[in-house]
Amino acid sequence: MTLLAPTGSGRPPPAPPAARSGRRGLLPYLLLLPGAAWLFVFFGVPLAQLAAASLYDPSGSLATGYAMTWAFSNYPDVVQAYWPQFLRSFGYAGLALVLALLLGYPLAYAIAQKAGRWKNLLLVCVVAPMFTSFLVRTLAWKTILSDNGALVGLLRDVHLLAPDGRLLATPFAVVLGLTYNFLPFLVLPLYASLERLDPRLLEAATDLYASGAQAFRRVTLPLSMPGLVAGTLLFFIPASGDYINAELLGTPNEYMIGNVIDSAFLVRLDYPQGAALSFLLMAAILAVVFGYLRRAGTEEVL
Amino acid sequence: MRMAPETPAGDLRLANLTKRFGVFTAVDDLSLTIGQGSFFALLGASGCGKTTTLRTIAGLEEPTSGQVLLGDREITRLRPYKRPVNTVFQSYALFPHLNIFENVAFGLRRRGIRSVDDEVTRMLSLVQLDGYGNRRPAQLSGGQQQRVALARALINRPQVLLLDEPLGALDLKLRRQMQIELKRIQTEVGITFVHVTHDQEEAMTMADTVAVMNAGRIEQLGAPADIYELPATAFVANFLGQSNLLAGEATGASGGDVAVTAHGARFAVPASRSRAEHGPVHLGVRPEKLILVGSADQVPAGHQHVTGVVTDASYVGVSTQYLLRTGWGTELSVFAANSGTSARVAVGSEAVAYWDPQHAFLLPRDAADTDRTSPVLDEPVGASS
Ligand SMILES: Nc1ncnc2c1ncn2[C@@H]1O[C@H](COP(=O)(O)OP(=O)(O)OP(=O)(O)O)[C@@H](O)[C@H]1O
Ligand SMILES: [Mg+2]
Repeated sequence: MTLLAPTGSGRPPPAPPAARSGRRGLLPYLLLLPGAAWLFVFFGVPLAQLAAASLYDPSGSLATGYAMTWAFSNYPDVVQAYWPQFLRSFGYAGLALVLALLLGYPLAYAIAQKAGRWKNLLLVCVVAPMFTSFLVRTLAWKTILSDNGALVGLLRDVHLLAPDGRLLATPFAVVLGLTYNFLPFLVLPLYASLERLDPRLLEAATDLYASGAQAFRRVTLPLSMPGLVAGTLLFFIPASGDYINAELLGTPNEYMIGNVIDSAFLVRLDYPQGAALSFLLMAAILAVVFGYLRRAGTEEVL
Repeated sequence: MRMAPETPAGDLRLANLTKRFGVFTAVDDLSLTIGQGSFFALLGASGCGKTTTLRTIAGLEEPTSGQVLLGDREITRLRPYKRPVNTVFQSYALFPHLNIFENVAFGLRRRGIRSVDDEVTRMLSLVQLDGYGNRRPAQLSGGQQQRVALARALINRPQVLLLDEPLGALDLKLRRQMQIELKRIQTEVGITFVHVTHDQEEAMTMADTVAVMNAGRIEQLGAPADIYELPATAFVANFLGQSNLLAGEATGASGGDVAVTAHGARFAVPASRSRAEHGPVHLGVRPEKLILVGSADQVPAGHQHVTGVVTDASYVGVSTQYLLRTGWGTELSVFAANSGTSARVAVGSEAVAYWDPQHAFLLPRDAADTDRTSPVLDEPVGASS
């Protein structure tokens, strides 16, 4: 009888292997083919072209043509010239991210866990602004924040703003615009994570002596980590490359790296510079993302 | 700062506890006292309000009215994490992002206890999960998860431990082992156990006190043997074990016996075993108290009997379960122990079932109610929900 004891005593069997490897034929690769071809033509080729352009002779012009001189000095040159805009980009995007987290986490939590039958309606409200153009929404903020607008008037009246103080054309306006415009990208993945959170786990946590704050720290937060990581990336990456908000809500003093790239390509027609800046921005974002993922990845395990 | 679990807690008392969900009353004016350190089992059909009762004790559900008291202290509105109460949840509710070790250590860590290793290891070996500490809950079987849930609550040694079908997913052998462990811990540490189970045998063997719940109310409460021997209502008679209940009319007590007429025959039940002396009653006899013989002249003196035809005989090892169809069409259950002392009765043959009046009981009956012989069918015995 003891021979048959199937209970958990004794050595535990090794944990099941994570995945099976096996050849499944060519089908997956065939399925990948259209996407890969698309990426190659519309992403790979332009990227290579841009890489080449970033090494053109900087003294050339569109009229005289560009010579490929492997001018690696383009990179230090643009850093020298535009490092404030680089810093500002990440500063503004970071600040906007913090604001968006403060707004977005409670919002996503409330919609996912507390909204009951209003859930879908509230979700639509989060997404609805995206149905109008990014530009229109930003222009609307321009109106809201304008010097003769009701908001500025009110803030001046209650002395939160000096009589000649303004909101438009300040760093505040740009950060606000970034926060607003990219908020849904943060809220939606967060919502998806929090929606799957089983409220019974929170009950179990409070039953096991965790106060509300501890239950959040030990259960809610770790379980919403996937959504949080995805959301912050989806927010931060476009926000740090954005130029519309600084253009419409700020002044050249608030210009971000996107504005510089924009003007290099479209105003000054300085292709080598624009290309070098683009590559630097890409590298910087990749560095930030990988650094972040490493940290977030280990934190989740803790 | 938090009260040490070792200090005497006093009794757990529920006073006129009511919980409504909208118009639906899940717990209906429930009052009971559970002695400190006792093992209290709550039985009842699915949906009768057992989990809801536990949740109000744990503080996860605020009662619509009534009070929860622990000793002299009212805890009705105390936050769950401030109560010296832990729960083994029916749904386990293990933390999926934590490994088994951290799941079990959770309560200790929240109370700021630093060195948890020894205690957790001890607890894991108690529930026979040594070496599983590094696994995630998703990598365990249902029964293993259930044992983690048990360890996670038990490790805190609360004053009151609420167990919501804590052994439902275990096989019989492991379940018996866990029952013995639980009982041992309960007596050793003196924790008050409130145990919800669908396993009657479990309730009867483990609990000091059993309460049978029905539709948000307690139908009967008492020592397991008392409830079994003398159920208070037809529901209890058929929920805890099985009973043959014959509809009859009581015609008053005389000489220590209550006379009953049922289906044209006259019976007597000791007044001490009667919960009604007049009007419509159910005359109850447990199937194992019925003895089957071939003819009426084999019935010993002082016993009472009914005659019928055997319509079914199922051999279940320790006993044979017969169905005896009476003249008026009701099928009575008769359990005959397979002790080898009596011959088996063939299906289709006439037979007589007799019983000692000392084993019968009398319950009040709704006038419209007829014979009741099968167990309450909405909850199979021993099944978990
Ligand atoms: N949050 C809720 N909202 C509405 N009704 C509820 C809620 N929780 C429980 N109920 C109802 O209250 C009744 C009692 O539920 P409860 O969970 O206490 O049953 P139970 O006795 O534990 O049953 P089981 O044996 O199946 O676990 C059920 O009819 C259930 O539908
Ligand atoms: Mg239940």
